[in-house]
Amino acid sequence: MAIISTAGLTRTFRTKRGTVEAVRGIDLTVAPGEILGFLGPNGAGKTTTLRMLTTLLPPTGGAATVAGTDLARDPAAVRRKIGYVAQSGGVDPNVSVREELVTQGRLYRLTKPRAEARARELAADLDLSDLLDHKCATLSGGQRRRLDVAMGLMHRPEVLFLDEPTTGLDPGSRADLWALVRRLRDDHGTTVVLTTHYLDEADALCDRLVVIDKGVVVAEGTPSALKLRYGGSIDASLQDTFLAVTGRDLAPEDTAPVAV
Amino acid sequence: MSAFLSDTALIFGRYARQTLRSKFQILFGVLMPLLYLLFFGPLLTDLPLGSRGDSWQVLVPGLLLQLGLFGASYSGFAIIIEKQFGVVERMRVTPVSRLALLLGRVLRDAALFVFQAVLLVLAAVAMGLRAPLAGILIGFAFVGVLTVVLASLSYALALLVSKPHEFGPVINAVSMPSMLLSGLMLPMALAPGWLDVLSHFMPFRYLVDAVRAAYVGEYASTAMLYGVLMAAALTLVAVTVGTRVFRRAGA
Repeated sequence: MAIISTAGLTRTFRTKRGTVEAVRGIDLTVAPGEILGFLGPNGAGKTTTLRMLTTLLPPTGGAATVAGTDLARDPAAVRRKIGYVAQSGGVDPNVSVREELVTQGRLYRLTKPRAEARARELAADLDLSDLLDHKCATLSGGQRRRLDVAMGLMHRPEVLFLDEPTTGLDPGSRADLWALVRRLRDDHGTTVVLTTHYLDEADALCDRLVVIDKGVVVAEGTPSALKLRYGGSIDASLQDTFLAVTGRDLAPEDTAPVAV
Repeated sequence: MSAFLSDTALIFGRYARQTLRSKFQILFGVLMPLLYLLFFGPLLTDLPLGSRGDSWQVLVPGLLLQLGLFGASYSGFAIIIEKQFGVVERMRVTPVSRLALLLGRVLRDAALFVFQAVLLVLAAVAMGLRAPLAGILIGFAFVGVLTVVLASLSYALALLVSKPHEFGPVINAVSMPSMLLSGLMLPMALAPGWLDVLSHFMPFRYLVDAVRAAYVGEYASTAMLYGVLMAAALTLVAVTVGTRVFRRAGA
């Protein structure tokens, strides 16, 4: 039984220069406990798709079920079961780490004592315990990102959506975050859907990749299957594979920080 | 229902704590009306203002609503900054009530401006204001309601504008004519016919007239009735608009 399924999910935006089809019909199934990566260049429609699946943006066409609930009919029920970590995070720099975590827990309707306990538990788990009483503004990039993820986990969601979780992080922090995502799945069976335009991240972290380009799914499969099918060999680089799928490079001016 | 109330209390608490951390924010709003009280109020004491009560009973109600008008209509600035940090989106993705997201913020604003109104009235009493206590309390209630109305609309506008730098000019363009046409500084009873007629199309005029009536003890007057009805209608419209924007904002 799929935990996420979509059929023909579409989003168009009206602008002064006419209609923009950001997402042009996405069909997708995600199994429980899967780590799924949306891979694609900037502007491909990854974030728009994620914003629809997380109830932030109503689809203009198609249908989706998330965590057993119809997205259009009962968005409130979807919100209770999912966590979402946006590209920009979402903490107030002038508020303490503890206050943000507890408030977030209470927005998910945890009681105050339970929210406080959960904040301590997650802080211990994500190596933030010493920072609980610091203002969010004082955190380093990696610490901030761990806090963002903790915010999305306060209510133990069945599905966690991460929008470009490692953009702007140094290699050590990226590796830590990958380990954290794997641990979430292994220990709690959490389904994780993330977007990335880093090929090494897609390769190392995701069970399955969905390559999105110009608003549609252009390829999907495990990293190895994609390499075999499009790159010609299981040893092909994902870069070559991506080139074969989309006919262009992923992000020529914005390459992954694999070599520093 | 209880989830809605606790959501509202939660949002209110979050923003009230932020306000309490900033003495500047607590006190700044009262500065402009206070200056009017000190340097403009004394000019009116011997002028015929065409209304009942002395000049302080005419001016202070206007300054109270000026406090609400200029304070609350800029409330949206805070949410523009929050939007940039992703805080608004992070809250909208939780099951929290959309109405609570608005009301929690707006009630914090109302509490803040009513507090400032109390400071202003204390200063006015020192300057020579004498008015019945019930009338003064009614005045605070109108400040609270006006704040709820204007802050709701301000948050809605702030979430909708695509260019943050356009927010300030828009608010200015609305609040200045509102101040002049509602007769905040001097009663519209002094106005020539055309201006008096025009000012009847400015909803805030009815609120000012009602508070002036309250300050001279006319609690059962038509001015009070119109003021209450207008305040209720404005609140309904503003909160509905605000909640709708919080629900669907592509923010």
